[in-house]
Amino acid sequence: MKQKPLSSTSEWTFELIEAYDHEISKIAAEFGLDTYPNQIEVISSEQMMDAYASTGMPLGYHHWSYGKQFINTERSYKRGQMGLAYEIVINSNPCIAYLMEENTMAMQALVIAHACYGHNSFFKGNYLFQTWTDADSIIDYLLFAKNYINQCEERHGITEVEDIIDSCHAIMNYGVDRYKRPYPISAEEEHNRQQEREEELQKQVNDLWRTIPQSKTEEEKKHKTRFPAEPEENLLYFIEKNAPLLKSWQREVVRIVRKISQYFYPQRQTQVMNEGWACFWHYTILNEMYDRGLVEEGFILEFLQSHTSVIYQPPYNSKYYSGINPYSLGFSMMIDIRRICEHPTEEDRLWFPGLAGSNWKESISEAMRNFKDESFILQYLSPKVMRDLKLFCIVDDDKNPDIQVNAIHDQEGYQTIRESLAGQYNLGNREPNIQVHSVDISGDRSLTLHHSQHARKPMGDSTDEVLKHIHRLWGFDIHLHSVENKKITKSYHCPPLETAKDDSSI
Amino acid sequence: MNYIVDRRLNGKNKSTVNRQRFLKRYRKHIKKAVAEAISKRSITDIEHGEEISIPSGDIGEPIFHHGQGGHTENVLPGNTDFVKGDHIPRPPAGGPGGSGSGSGASDSGEGEDEFVFQITQDEFLNFMFEDLELPNMIKRQLAGSDEFKMRRAGFSNQGTPGQINIVRSLRSANARRIALTTGKRKKLKALEQRLSLLQAEDSTADNQTEIELLLEKTAKLKASIKRVPWLDDFDLKYNLNVKEPNPQSKAVMFCIMDVSASMDQATKDIAKRFFILLYLFIQRNYQRTEVVFIRHHTEASEVDEQTFFYSRETGGTIVSSALKLMKSIIEERYPLGDWNIYGAQASDGDNWNNDSTLCKDLLCNAILPKVQYYSYIEITPHDHQAMWHDYQQVKEIFPNSFAIEQIINASEIYSVFRELFQKQVV
Repeated sequence: MKQKPLSSTSEWTFELIEAYDHEISKIAAEFGLDTYPNQIEVISSEQMMDAYASTGMPLGYHHWSYGKQFINTERSYKRGQMGLAYEIVINSNPCIAYLMEENTMAMQALVIAHACYGHNSFFKGNYLFQTWTDADSIIDYLLFAKNYINQCEERHGITEVEDIIDSCHAIMNYGVDRYKRPYPISAEEEHNRQQEREEELQKQVNDLWRTIPQSKTEEEKKHKTRFPAEPEENLLYFIEKNAPLLKSWQREVVRIVRKISQYFYPQRQTQVMNEGWACFWHYTILNEMYDRGLVEEGFILEFLQSHTSVIYQPPYNSKYYSGINPYSLGFSMMIDIRRICEHPTEEDRLWFPGLAGSNWKESISEAMRNFKDESFILQYLSPKVMRDLKLFCIVDDDKNPDIQVNAIHDQEGYQTIRESLAGQYNLGNREPNIQVHSVDISGDRSLTLHHSQHARKPMGDSTDEVLKHIHRLWGFDIHLHSVENKKITKSYHCPPLETAKDDSSI
Repeated sequence: MNYIVDRRLNGKNKSTVNRQRFLKRYRKHIKKAVAEAISKRSITDIEHGEEISIPSGDIGEPIFHHGQGGHTENVLPGNTDFVKGDHIPRPPAGGPGGSGSGSGASDSGEGEDEFVFQITQDEFLNFMFEDLELPNMIKRQLAGSDEFKMRRAGFSNQGTPGQINIVRSLRSANARRIALTTGKRKKLKALEQRLSLLQAEDSTADNQTEIELLLEKTAKLKASIKRVPWLDDFDLKYNLNVKEPNPQSKAVMFCIMDVSASMDQATKDIAKRFFILLYLFIQRNYQRTEVVFIRHHTEASEVDEQTFFYSRETGGTIVSSALKLMKSIIEERYPLGDWNIYGAQASDGDNWNNDSTLCKDLLCNAILPKVQYYSYIEITPHDHQAMWHDYQQVKEIFPNSFAIEQIINASEIYSVFRELFQKQVV
């Protein structure tokens, strides 16, 4: 059923975008993609740089670090070191996607298929996004956050507010409850309850730091006073609720940063899948359009050219190598799932007995819904993909004099590579595992953090700087212990111990 | 259900505030870079933006991350020649490639050492002239000033269509309509009540005629209510703006430069750069400031900006000629009541014998009493001559409105300039 091509030049118009969007949405629906409504916004390259600088958020509070980001982007763009992304898409309902006006029609179609149907359906379907983010209210919440921080700046001065935000940003990655489902953020409620919460919070804090002597004996106290009773992994949450000296507006700011961190948490965990999924669908949809005669050869060639450059994976010894390209890995895996379903080989039947020969649309949708990068790779990385990408695994252990090749893409190495690569995408391995261990409530109010070492990896060199930020939020001494097998291997202190002693001796 | 929106016309400078915050935070670094840039630049391109570089260590945002060491497994693509069990020598520490903990550590790892970025010409000049001002500026009310400001002054019944105040106009139209129709509507209401009462009753002939009569009456009333215009001429209200004189202080700067033969090219260059700084500074900060350029050798002449900065001239040196010219220009064109007068003079210190005393007298008696501030810079690596010593005496007499500084090489221009025009702390 050949149809008339939608357009024959590379110029785009709003009518054409509408026409393409219409066709793409029809095809997407036939493939069973379930999406939020789309809001497609055409923007200029300057606006794209703005969007970049604010990590893609359509509105954000003001902070110098975003300015730094912007200057950096602007500089590399003007020097031609870097092209801007063709699109940015925001996990909201309706799903907002930005198209750059410089793009050709083919590029716009690619972006629509990629962002408005690929990413969009991922946001709607993936369990992490469903659990951690609330697409309906994110825009409202960002607006609330921006206004609130604006007000704080008016009342307390820009520097004061910026200091707090600086400190919060330093531990932004530790603002998530990994194992609890958070309350969805709703701006309306936030606004109504904020006043109430301020008072409530202060009350709790006051209670914790009560200095009036209680009628307990010293003995009893010693047994009871480990606080918190359980270690707390959400540092920002802990600070928001318990820091003794923060004013209520500062607690609210901590909360805002925490909530925004939570919003980005799923994105950090599903990069490979998310991009792979979107690439798979723009590839599938646009090829379908070509098969139906909706687009011409010139269009499909231009599309293929940019598609290949997006999913290009330079080898490890290339000067362009900068880690594994998530687009490439994700796309290869997604397209391989379809292949396993449709044309399974003997090997596939052995590795994926449930997948081989099944309905590919259902299987791939299943994969999208129920996994994150780590588990997705552990489940679906096939020997063929490992061979295609020529993956190999090296071990760098400081106990050995040199680096060893642990596994390569052969029969005995597949399993090792799979596990090792999955581990690489485990946030818990990637970032130091730091938790609140205890607070000396009745003593000097110092806060003790524990770093549970993973594979003997030590803390990086900016640790002392981060501790200064935590110190600013907490207001009293901070201790951080790196712990391996219940033994403390290294300790960090803020303020540093030596000087503290000097001070006291004077 | 899909929307396509053209956002291109929306503001594109969303990041401006954040950018400003960044500049503000690192102003110390930027100021240093600006000061360095000025001393390095040639005369003509002092008015461009500048590339600023800040050590990236100073602007980092620290986060917790893993350091080197421990046991690291890493999966890499593109294997061509390794098999299991191969040993690879460890690359030198810090080098990119084989080791490292993958993409997670990019924050501290490679990266450039300097964070380099461009500031615009405007920002450049802002940083350049920060904290500087013309000293002793006095606000003087100007009689017969031609500067006016428009100010809102309530509403009026006359005006141009462009100034119609819609809210006010409609409000008064509404009031008028209510006023003109209230009586009629009251009657209408009564009639309608009566009418519905009658219509509810059984219809008799008597009833019928009354109903018809009532209907006629209500129709008439309705028509006359309708005839009251919705908007009438005298409803229109206009925003009223009144002109107000805007008192301003005016300043004139006299730039006096020695262009005699003794001033070699390098010295003239320095003098010109000093004046260009001065000129930019004044242009930027004071809208109502005029500049008079005087150059002199044995004779002084008033020239335009172009000639002053870019043409050549040689001859002997008589400084007093320039001061005399300045005096006469002040008398002619700049009545003291209206103008704040400033003078800046640059020379290599050479002067005709005996002329320096004359200069001193001129300054003390004719010029300094009239000006707010007079600065003299001497560009010479040599010993001072008569003029410097004479000017020193002037300085003793007028410590607040006379300044004298020496410049030896180009790199000092900016710091001397800043010293001369530093904001006075009261």
